[in-house]
Amino acid sequence: MLITRKAEFSASHVCRRGDWSDEQNRAVYGDESNPHGHGHNFVVEVTLEGDTHAVTGMVFDLKKLKDILSREVVAPFDHRFLNREVEPFDRVIPTPENIAAVIWQRVAPHFEGSEVRLHRVRLYEGEDLFVDCFGAQP
Amino acid sequence: MMSLTRRYRFCASHRLHTDRLSEDENRQVYGKCNNAFGHGHDYILEVTVRGPLDEATGRVASVGRLDRLVQEHVLKAFDCKNLNEEVEEFSRLVPTSENLAEVVLGRLAENWQNAADSAWPALERVRLQETGRNSFEAYAKEGHYS
Repeated sequence: MLITRKAEFSASHVCRRGDWSDEQNRAVYGDESNPHGHGHNFVVEVTLEGDTHAVTGMVFDLKKLKDILSREVVAPFDHRFLNREVEPFDRVIPTPENIAAVIWQRVAPHFEGSEVRLHRVRLYEGEDLFVDCFGAQP
Repeated sequence: MMSLTRRYRFCASHRLHTDRLSEDENRQVYGKCNNAFGHGHDYILEVTVRGPLDEATGRVASVGRLDRLVQEHVLKAFDCKNLNEEVEEFSRLVPTSENLAEVVLGRLAENWQNAADSAWPALERVRLQETGRNSFEAYAKEGHYS
């Protein structure tokens, strides 16, 4: 059984490499490379996989999952400039892919040794783009 | 591996009708979608690609490049068009959303290699939403379009 919980955060970011020219950055990141930054309403969906418990009829307590997302994602990310205020985005470019990978890293330890497995982190950058992360990235 | 999905919009008209069925059968199979004068939808198209996360860029795909590919080979041909009359494939195929999703997948697959370089991800899925109440997904064959 898969269960999913959603959380939202609004944040600003810049996608550019300091060791590249403006042209290179623009070619790879487009408008996202504006050095002054810009923002999105990000939506994160975390999906857990596990068996339905015979007594409770639940896979995992969604209140607990909500608290984990609030603590690990919303509290540190919401209304922040990711590059300047949130580790590790001072050195990791906060592309949606990297943000999803960082959320995976922050959230996954909470389920280690538990009855459920982290199945997917989906991150929406606005309505028209989302990325799916299915495991820790190298 | 990660996947990235991008959402696009186009509006188009169509009529569901096949000469291989009688008028009565067409009405029975396609219902109000068989209306002789056609009708239209605001379609939402999702294109999903899959690949390794590039450490240098932090991306699995160049979104700009994907946008240009979809614009050039799909949106330009379909947006604000009459699918039956103006899109070549639908001179022989009924423009159901199932067929439309397959046509979009085929068009992207055909041009996927042209856009390829070492950093170009695999085409994974096309999802077409005809209205808020129905959607259609077509999956690329494993490794076929990478």
